[in-house]
Amino acid sequence: MRDNLILRVTARILIPIIILFALYVQFHGDYSPGGGFQAGVIFSSAILLYALAFGLDTAAKVVPNQALIATASLGVLLYAGTGVVSLFFGGEFLNYSLLADEPTTGQHIGIIIIELGVGLTVAAIMLLIFFTFARRILN
Amino acid sequence: MISLVIDIVLLLFLLIMAIFILRVHQLLAVAMLFGLYSLLVAGLFMVLDAPDVAFTEAAVGTGIATVLMLATIACTKVSQEKIQRKVAKTPLFICLVVGGLLMYGTHNIADLGDPEAPPHTQVAKRYIEDGQKDTGVPNLVTAVLASYRGFDTLGEVTVVFTAGIGVLLLLVRPQKIRIKGVKSAR
Repeated sequence: MRDNLILRVTARILIPIIILFALYVQFHGDYSPGGGFQAGVIFSSAILLYALAFGLDTAAKVVPNQALIATASLGVLLYAGTGVVSLFFGGEFLNYSLLADEPTTGQHIGIIIIELGVGLTVAAIMLLIFFTFARRILN
Repeated sequence: MISLVIDIVLLLFLLIMAIFILRVHQLLAVAMLFGLYSLLVAGLFMVLDAPDVAFTEAAVGTGIATVLMLATIACTKVSQEKIQRKVAKTPLFICLVVGGLLMYGTHNIADLGDPEAPPHTQVAKRYIEDGQKDTGVPNLVTAVLASYRGFDTLGEVTVVFTAGIGVLLLLVRPQKIRIKGVKSAR
């Protein structure tokens, strides 16, 4: 890999900020614009920048493929699981109102959990697609 | 007034970008131009007071989609479009007819931001009036996406997940299964 000094230094400064912003978008989504989908994409773009600046192999060490597949599955499981849990509490599928004593608290908990599920799946799948494409180019 | 000026500037640039995308034959440049196009569209969504959509457009359209497009171009051998001098008549005709139909269709669309328009008086009204009380979430978009339409969003997440599985199945070469003690047939 060529020595992209400027790219590497800039990436090193930008990546923590991008990840922090992704977390803000993820967990502040009920109050400000954003949510799981946007956060997932922003998070994956941070890792993507890392992969572009430091090489694919270094990035693959940070986020191995198996971990990505597991995370993507975990996200969907978390989402659907929340629906099933609300079934157990005696409500309809994905009725979060019953997750806590107060309906609005239950809604809050449910929304945060399912947004987390969305974020995990989207981030993992975006990275997975990129890594798969990039490996194909290099091989 | 200011939003009108911003609108005109953005739409003008959008038009210029679209013409450039048509004229440029280097696929790398086209991919970058598509990214810029998305950014302008995101700006337009922002003017329309839809920050959530603008956010998604900027992150997905400008960021991820451009990178994926570049990766795809890098996969191909020739990154230049074949230049055709001949004007294809049938596609041109279909484009003109469909474009004309779309323009004709816009005449019946309710005015932008008209509170009396049918979409705003039925289900949206209930979301706006009861959303805060039902979910306790200040951002109505999140309330609709995650709570009222939770099942839809579950479907969307499953679609993203399926897309990932599809890419893995198509592009990753399977490793040969080896059984201990058995030499391969060759």
